[in-house]
Amino acid sequence: MAGPYSEKVMDHFMHPRNVGVIENPDGIGQVGNPVCGDIMKMYINVKDNVITDIKFQTFGCGAAISTSSMATEMIKGKSLNDALALTNKAVAEALGGLPAVKMHCSVLAEEAVKSAIDDYLKKTTGTGLPGFKPHEEPLEKHEH
Amino acid sequence: MKRVYLDYAATTPTHPDVLAEMQPYFFLKFGNPSSIHQFGQEAKAAIETAREKTAKLIGASADEIVFTSGGTESDNFAIEGIAFANEKKGKHIITSKIEHHAVSECCEFLAKRGFTITHIPVDKFGLVDPEDVKKTITDKTILISIMHANNEIGTIEPIAEIAGIAKEKGVYFHTDAVQTAGHIPINKLNADLISFSAHKFYGPKGIGALYIKKGTRMVSFLHGGAQEKNRRASTENVPGIVGMGKACELAQNDMAIEKETILRDKLIKGLFDQIPEIVLNGHPTLRLPNNVNISIKHIEGESILINLDLMGIAASSGSACTSGSLDPSHVLMAIGLAHEVAHGSLRLTLGKYTTDDDIIYLLETLPPIVKKLRAMSPLK
Repeated sequence: MAGPYSEKVMDHFMHPRNVGVIENPDGIGQVGNPVCGDIMKMYINVKDNVITDIKFQTFGCGAAISTSSMATEMIKGKSLNDALALTNKAVAEALGGLPAVKMHCSVLAEEAVKSAIDDYLKKTTGTGLPGFKPHEEPLEKHEH
Repeated sequence: MKRVYLDYAATTPTHPDVLAEMQPYFFLKFGNPSSIHQFGQEAKAAIETAREKTAKLIGASADEIVFTSGGTESDNFAIEGIAFANEKKGKHIITSKIEHHAVSECCEFLAKRGFTITHIPVDKFGLVDPEDVKKTITDKTILISIMHANNEIGTIEPIAEIAGIAKEKGVYFHTDAVQTAGHIPINKLNADLISFSAHKFYGPKGIGALYIKKGTRMVSFLHGGAQEKNRRASTENVPGIVGMGKACELAQNDMAIEKETILRDKLIKGLFDQIPEIVLNGHPTLRLPNNVNISIKHIEGESILINLDLMGIAASSGSACTSGSLDPSHVLMAIGLAHEVAHGSLRLTLGKYTTDDDIIYLLETLPPIVKKLRAMSPLK
């Protein structure tokens, strides 16, 4: 039931993992914008190159919330390199697929993770992720 | 699970009396109204009775009613029918920024074919200023099309005034009355053309009508038959037409204006009492008796709808995520909402079968959903 979403999406939407805020986090990332109606914010703590804690806050639709939740679950406890290897497709697949018009939400989730790591690297090494630049314009539907 | 339908502006259930009236015309009286034999003639008679009932709802005479496939066709017919019959006089059409897509995209279609379209803005309540319409009319203006009431925010436009201006200037006036017909009284509204649709007031889907005032210069919409006095070819949808006639008759005797207004205002008050940081979209009083539209700040509409649906409540939203596009509703943009506020819109529309209990259930169910989604939101 419930419209266009798989059972897995609905599970993560109704019972999102890792929602919330980390006080004084090692890295914060925010992507999306109010124009397209999705904003994701991610907070990470990092120890010995491993993401020891992660929290998110999302303004957006069911797909935006469930991809945020799934992405945090997939990288919690993983090394930064593993986290950086997370793709939007992997997030969507782990959710049992997303409607085509919602694929951009999985892109935002991937970028939110990278954005948080970018912030962490800037704070610790002075330089962020090489070449990292999240979408600033609203993503077109069917783009991915 | 409890099921509560608060999306009457999307569609209404077909009234059992309407269905009963339609039923014989599928099997027993299945004739083609164009046939000369008795089968055909009884179907034809049924159509003419329905036409009278339909005309009566809006104070028109029967020969001014053309049956169509619904609101969209009526709007397209009205606009293209006038445009192509009067383009020698001029190619200028005036409309508003908050029309239904059946009007606005039809105007866009004409814009690509050499017509000039002026879109009149609205104020923060969604009201068109008749003076703006007046100022925009030129000697090339052939049509003004302004909706009677908006389908999203429920604002009722000053149609009589605008129609008066059109008349004074010798310009045709069309109004999309899909949200008002059968819900609030319509008496021709001084318009040349009025669109309406049966399924919005307890009639069947797939049938609508266009009022065309006597003497209006139009081209026909469908070609290939003499039906509807050569104005719209195609074998008539007899059961649908009969159903529409019955729905018009029922509506005339039973518009639930008072009941709906009381429930609407109770719902609005309850929402404002229980949920902080919400705004009412549309006009506080010049609004449809069954329409509530609010924006719930910091959260997004589709998320709200799915949560409500899981609790058995059917509603709607102007968020982009519910439309398959990335832009929130053009209506909410036109009344000046910020994008994130427009994305958090929730439309609740009431009807004949809405009860006090339904409103109470919504008011119990929605606040915890809002709280939960706000707790997840990065916006404060």
